[in-house]
Amino acid sequence: MYSNNRKIKYCKAVNEAFHQILKLDESVFLIGQGVTSPWYVGNTTSDLIDSFGTERIIDTPVSENAVTGAAVGAAIVGMKPIVVHPRLDFMAYAMDPIINEASNWMYMSGGRTNVPMVIWGIINRGGEQAAQHSQSWHSLFAHIPGIKVVMPSNPYDAKGLMISAIDDPNPVLYIDDRWLYGIEGIVPEKIYKVPIGVGDIAQEGTDVTIVACSYQVRLAIKAAFELRKSGIEAEIIDLRTIKPLDENLIINSVLKTGRMAIIDGGWKSYGIAAEISALVFEKAFGKMKTPIIRVTLPDVPAPASSVLENSYYIKVSTITSAIEKLVD
Amino acid sequence: MNLWENNLKGLCEHLYRMMVRIRFCEESFIEPILQKQIKCPVHLCSGQEAIAAGICACLSGKDYIWGTHRSHGHYLAKGGDLNALVAEVYGKETGCSRGRGGSMHICDPEKGVVGAAPIVAGTISLAMGAALASKIRKENRVSVSFFGDGATGEGVLFESLNFAAIYNLPVLFVCENNLYSTHMPISKCRPNTEIFRIAEPFDIYSIRVDGNAVMSVYQETKKCLELLKNGKGPVFMECLTYRLRGHVGPDDNIQGKHIDIRKEAEVEAWREKDPIPNFETYLKDKEILSDSEMEGIRTEEMGRIDSAHEYAKNSPFPKPEDLERYVFK
Repeated sequence: MYSNNRKIKYCKAVNEAFHQILKLDESVFLIGQGVTSPWYVGNTTSDLIDSFGTERIIDTPVSENAVTGAAVGAAIVGMKPIVVHPRLDFMAYAMDPIINEASNWMYMSGGRTNVPMVIWGIINRGGEQAAQHSQSWHSLFAHIPGIKVVMPSNPYDAKGLMISAIDDPNPVLYIDDRWLYGIEGIVPEKIYKVPIGVGDIAQEGTDVTIVACSYQVRLAIKAAFELRKSGIEAEIIDLRTIKPLDENLIINSVLKTGRMAIIDGGWKSYGIAAEISALVFEKAFGKMKTPIIRVTLPDVPAPASSVLENSYYIKVSTITSAIEKLVD
Repeated sequence: MNLWENNLKGLCEHLYRMMVRIRFCEESFIEPILQKQIKCPVHLCSGQEAIAAGICACLSGKDYIWGTHRSHGHYLAKGGDLNALVAEVYGKETGCSRGRGGSMHICDPEKGVVGAAPIVAGTISLAMGAALASKIRKENRVSVSFFGDGATGEGVLFESLNFAAIYNLPVLFVCENNLYSTHMPISKCRPNTEIFRIAEPFDIYSIRVDGNAVMSVYQETKKCLELLKNGKGPVFMECLTYRLRGHVGPDDNIQGKHIDIRKEAEVEAWREKDPIPNFETYLKDKEILSDSEMEGIRTEEMGRIDSAHEYAKNSPFPKPEDLERYVFK
């Protein structure tokens, strides 16, 4: 599968996807705050300005609504924009062009005009940044018809999903977690795609299914390692795409294990953990040996003080102790 | 922009035909609305035809226009298909948006009618994005954003003015100031009702035009487009006008009648400024078109409208089993 065993960091994998796609397809451009800055969006946009110039690497004033709308309008007339929101929290200002325009446009034109764009939002949390510099809103967007939502968990998927998202004829929300940016993994140098709507079994197991996406997959892998010491074999499903959901992958796994824990970096109520619980209730009712567990953030805004932060974010030990009770 | 150079009669004939088509089309919806044959909300632009006709007469087929909830006029003036518009308003599969959009989401992408949307100010930034695309692709296309005076209350308009000015985008911002934001008079919405001045802090060339005088709209638009084509965009144009019907549907919103908003004397005063009879007087006085020539145009257009309704009524509705089509491509 891999052309070599080259290892690079997550943020460089995203950067490489941009370099390759911008070179290949002249209709692609990148727009948003900080795309010419050496630090604003990590190293994800390094050297793009030198290779592609200010006409296709467009740094903008702080105007999320108009800038996102501009990307939507450019997509409608045939460009393939990537609009970046270096902090997901600020994307609230861009709700109208995302939800009302981009997501509905194809349908309300009776299929005459599609919107081939990527809305790239970055979760940037921790470090006592408090409530408006920490939020994970993926479930909120996944509720909206007409938009796809992808959330990679590793460098390989980060590159492959970005390329798929750019190539997709529909609006795709690409959400990544800045906590992943420094993680290394094997990434082929060539252009490749990770299909949208297809999850991955990150690890096989027989006793419990752990469903997660983005950074939470890493927590799940660590938790599974600990659980093995207690004789519990966990199967880990990395969703990769949360809309549309890879339903069969989830159902087939729980039919095998009969137990499920969903780990989500978003809030508990009405989130993807609730959605997946409902899915399993609908399609695997009677096959479950135990109740479903949801390990999520509490329904509380992100705190500042690191003491509170420590209780707020999901820990490996929270996952393992919840699952140990389940399998016991 | 030499489409009509040395052909005043051809230009005037086109402008007159277009205004008449729009007016007849708008008024033709009233009976079917009252009969409940048309069910979707319809925002008529009767009285505002000169703006759409005058501006779109300056555009080429490849230029883009973007509209609002009140965009039948823009659509027709840019060359949008009449049958498909009427069928869309009836909710038919043959409509320009296959019955999925209704009156507020009309489009004819091949004619540069990119789309319309009723979220106030919702398409302004999109129009700007199309201008950005034109600039990146070096296509020399112009993008026109039509919006109402109500949109001046939305922040995205100001973000867009700023952004378009920074990047010198070829976008024409057209504010159709019909003096009412649904029910609220502009004087209650803004401390200063000279809307064109809002573009000045962004160093954008801005003008106010009599939006009921089609020749003025045409002449001023030509000048604006020269600026845009020479990389001196964006440009902001405020067109003063008045809708002869109410905000939505056939009701005229005259005080004392069904929905009390506007004073009868005010509506009457604006009827005197109706752009179509005024243009007829101009055409006759200048001996550009004769009475019989104008009557001929009116007869032709009425025939077109009638057959568009026939077409729409005889068209099939979308199939219920197709409900989930067109969410994704």
